Amino acid sequence: MTVWREAVGTPAARVEGPAKVTGRAGYTYDRPVTDPAYAFPVQATIARGRVASIDSAAAAGVEGVLAVVTHRDAARLADTGDAELAVLQSDEVGFRGQFVGVVVAETPQAARYAAGLVRVEYEQRPHDTELRADRPGLYAPEQVNGGFVSDTDEGDVDAAMEAAAVTVDRAYTTPMEFNSPMEPHVSVAVWDPGERAPGGGFAEGARLTLFDSTQGPHVVRSTLAQVFGLPPERVRVISPYVGGGFGSKGMPHAHNVLAALAAWAVPGRPVKLALTRQQMFALAGHRTPTIQRVRLGAGADGRLTAVAHEVVEHTSAIKEFAEQTAVGARMMYAAPNRRTSHRLAALDVPVPSWMRAPGEAPGFFALEVAMDELAQACGLDPIELRARNDPEVDPESGRPWSGRHLVRCLREGAARFGWAERTAPGTRLVGRELVGLGVAASTYPYYRLPGSRAVVEYEGGGRYTVRIGAADIGTGAWTALTQIAADALGCRLRAVRVEIGDSDLPAATVAGGSSGTTSWGSAVVAACRAFRHVYGEQPPAGAEAGADMPDDPDAERFAMHSFGAQFAEVRVDADTGEVRVPRMLGVFSVGRVVNPRTARSQFIGGMTMGLSMALHERGVLDHRTGHVINHDLAEYHIATHADVVDVDAVWLDEEDVHAGPLGARGIGEIGIVGAAAAIANAVHNATGVRVRDLPITPDVLLR
Amino acid sequence: MIPFEYLRAGDPAEAVAAVAGRPGAAFLGGGTNLVDHMKLGVAGPDLLVDVSRLPLDRVEETAGGLRIGAAVRNSDLAAHPLVRERYPVLARALLSGASGQLRNVATTAGNLLQRTRCPYFQDVTTPCNKRVPGSGCSAAGGYTRYHAILGASEHCVATHPSDMAVAMVALDAVVAVLGPGGARTLPLAELYRLPGDAPQRDTVLEHGDLIIAVELPHLPFARRSAYRKVRDRASFSFALVSVAAALDLDGGLVRDVRLALGGVAHKPWRATRAEAELRGGPATEDAFRRAAEAELAAARPLPGNAFKVAMTRNAVVATLRALAEEGR
Ligand SMILES: Cc1cc2nc3c(=O)[nH]c(=O)nc-3n(C[C@H](O)[C@H](O)[C@H](O)COP(=O)(O)OP(=O)(O)OC[C@H]3O[C@@H](n4cnc5c(N)ncnc54)[C@H](O)[C@@H]3O)c2cc1C
Ligand code: SF4
Repeated sequence: MTVWREAVGTPAARVEGPAKVTGRAGYTYDRPVTDPAYAFPVQATIARGRVASIDSAAAAGVEGVLAVVTHRDAARLADTGDAELAVLQSDEVGFRGQFVGVVVAETPQAARYAAGLVRVEYEQRPHDTELRADRPGLYAPEQVNGGFVSDTDEGDVDAAMEAAAVTVDRAYTTPMEFNSPMEPHVSVAVWDPGERAPGGGFAEGARLTLFDSTQGPHVVRSTLAQVFGLPPERVRVISPYVGGGFGSKGMPHAHNVLAALAAWAVPGRPVKLALTRQQMFALAGHRTPTIQRVRLGAGADGRLTAVAHEVVEHTSAIKEFAEQTAVGARMMYAAPNRRTSHRLAALDVPVPSWMRAPGEAPGFFALEVAMDELAQACGLDPIELRARNDPEVDPESGRPWSGRHLVRCLREGAARFGWAERTAPGTRLVGRELVGLGVAASTYPYYRLPGSRAVVEYEGGGRYTVRIGAADIGTGAWTALTQIAADALGCRLRAVRVEIGDSDLPAATVAGGSSGTTSWGSAVVAACRAFRHVYGEQPPAGAEAGADMPDDPDAERFAMHSFGAQFAEVRVDADTGEVRVPRMLGVFSVGRVVNPRTARSQFIGGMTMGLSMALHERGVLDHRTGHVINHDLAEYHIATHADVVDVDAVWLDEEDVHAGPLGARGIGEIGIVGAAAAIANAVHNATGVRVRDLPITPDVLLR
Repeated sequence: MIPFEYLRAGDPAEAVAAVAGRPGAAFLGGGTNLVDHMKLGVAGPDLLVDVSRLPLDRVEETAGGLRIGAAVRNSDLAAHPLVRERYPVLARALLSGASGQLRNVATTAGNLLQRTRCPYFQDVTTPCNKRVPGSGCSAAGGYTRYHAILGASEHCVATHPSDMAVAMVALDAVVAVLGPGGARTLPLAELYRLPGDAPQRDTVLEHGDLIIAVELPHLPFARRSAYRKVRDRASFSFALVSVAAALDLDGGLVRDVRLALGGVAHKPWRATRAEAELRGGPATEDAFRRAAEAELAAARPLPGNAFKVAMTRNAVVATLRALAEEGR
């Protein structure tokens, strides 16, 4: 069933664009609140141990300081089950950079200065932050992110490898990476205290309003309500504008709790907290480093008989997050013998979390470079190799695909990109530059998360308001939802106003898993239909109807994934090994594209992040101290404009009839998947050097 | 709030007196380095004497050369027609540094005196002999990708980060200083120190010494000069290694040459050994390579930056090769 009329599929301009470019869009820190105070954290300078003593006298004496809060006097939380969020509840230190205190002052400058004067003595214990494949204590998590099993084993991989005519057996690594959204993590906490309980607890009647830069106001609300022991209706989270998140704002982090604790300590004062860029490296999540062994076995014709993808990665000793790095290998290629596994090292490191395409982004670097190695070993064109191994049905579940168009993406891209000009590795020298082309496949699952609800109200005068507590973190979701509502109501785009970014609005799932537009969008479609069903085309002013996101029966019957083909041209300086990427092209199959303008920027944004992952990004953990030593954007490199020359994305004109009422599978993350592999494969084509460890820096290619 | 006073000096003498009279005082140029350090706790001056608006913002022609005021902005200097014409190496070096926004603010003197980007120096939670003498050097045994291969000591292996200074050292620039004891000049190459056992001192300047100008001598063959910066991304990153070179050819022979290296030492590294090898010899790739190798014979790379030796050699060869080709 389809609903689109004029708006869906048209490149509508962002509804919030004018507010953003004219500076009227109020981001969290700029929220006017009455008489704000400012918080600045005190962070642990050891990676493991306990706080032995704290001397806050000097800090407390600084002019303008209102409170210095530490584990000794912070209000007690109701639920400390999540150690990341159990802020200032004990003297234990689980990683360097963890909060051990917070200063609240009249100005941000006073708070920061005073925080530097808090003297903390530690009882240090030996720490361990180093990930190695051969280290003791690696364990299989019960499940990995996304709810997948940790390990799978089908057939007999070892025997198949033994018997295979051609094999690849290699280790690939990716470093610790950081989401680094432009807007840092910011929380403004306002308490309406009700009765203060003895002992500083959060008693009857207390209400918390949190202005927060988040990907999910409802998730923050429900989580914090539990942490503080408040009924959810007494917590409100507001965040209409968010300056990027890439997953790092997908779930609440410690700073949310710290802001609320800081505000609780200064009754009557709202408290603003913005993490500095340096603090974000310890407190806003990161992508785990990975060590991945990929084994491929194939016949001489390149037909795969075995695929094994075994991953070693880290989590924090205080909280488990298991990136699902090998999960994509379960469905990608047809091979009768398949094995995947995840092993974690629980280290004294900050808590890893979601970063754009968790799982697929690092996993497809390894898998798709390995496929390139296999193509080389078989003497096959890498596109042909992938075509030969394109499975008829999902190898993992046996279900039919709702639409698998990988090979079409590859062939379409090959034609557009000039793939035929590709020469043998290391043979194309232009001036002093080695030129090469590379390709990689990309995929991302279709997630539709249950739990969203939308409400439609007729305001009179031909105008409708649609309410849903969703989040637009710069993706264009706000615009897409407006388009979807306009079509579903059968009215003009400008007749619809969508309200998002507030937990007082109907429940909505997190902006994550590329699921926002599809999940929220189907709730919006359902609500609009319910509205028309009750009120018809001539509703009275004030008429209102709502609906929950309907179930998706096809989700059980089909394997639903988006696919893509990533192409890259690289030029490698023959003298210095510097790699530049003059051209990238992505061809994607994602079901219906709701808004080509914002979709394109999602794709090319993802590809740019993939380029950055390929060539630049590397968090350097100093194992002696346990912290990321290049913790600012001068030293932690992200691709600059000069690195990103011509990145283009196109997509197949299609609709996935099994993917809910919109026929769309989600677009936010697939752009990064495979991009780094395409670049690494192009580097091999240019130079003949196979790089299996990211990032590909000049020293690696120096001759 | 970190309390400090701010004074906008009316003339150079007033600025010198203000700083010389107070141990905790510092000159303020564009502030792009110093103010960062104040935020990070690396520096804590109690008086900032702003010299960015002193009338030292002119580029003047001298006998065949140029005199560059200490307050001339990096962008203005890079765009100056005489710089572009006579010293392209300097214009290129400036434009390869930092970002457009930073160059609009950064001053000539501030650029010369910017401090190392060693991450441990910038992180007050780690030991660093340059920041806290005697506390130890965290880079030893740590992250050394951007650290020195030449002239380092056991006390400090940091590099000087300026691109502009590398070009100026190649051009035999002279620095004009006004100090509490009066005015003096010294070759830029002698302004900088090697770390030795006092890495806290980047230069030979004393407290209260104000740089007022940089003089570039007449050097006609610098019209054929180039700056090559090898880096981890295409812009807005510090040099892994860099090369400033000017080449004077006499047919197939090297009549004269200027060569300086960045990203390899505690100071912009004038490659005098390589220059001596090259002078009078053939302008061939082999000769360029031998000269680079002669200079790098003294290199002592660290675990983590051994690649810099080959990278520097290749960058030197590539830069000289391009200049030689330009001359044919
Ligand atoms: C993110 C980033 C990237 C950068 N990338 C590069 C790069 O790639 N290449 C590069 O070369 N640089 C780079 N820089 C550094 C930049 O060039 C310097 O910060 C700038 O040149 C310093 O000039 P300023 O006028 O702002 O100095 P300030 O910060 O004002 O001062 C620096 C020092 O000089 C002293 N001082 C200033 N004027 C005088 C004077 N007249 N006499 C005596 N002492 C004086 C100050 O007391 C201070 O100690 C980068 C900086 C940043 C922040
Ligand atoms: S190299 Fe120099 S600046 Fe860096 S930590 Fe060592 S002493 Fe400090």
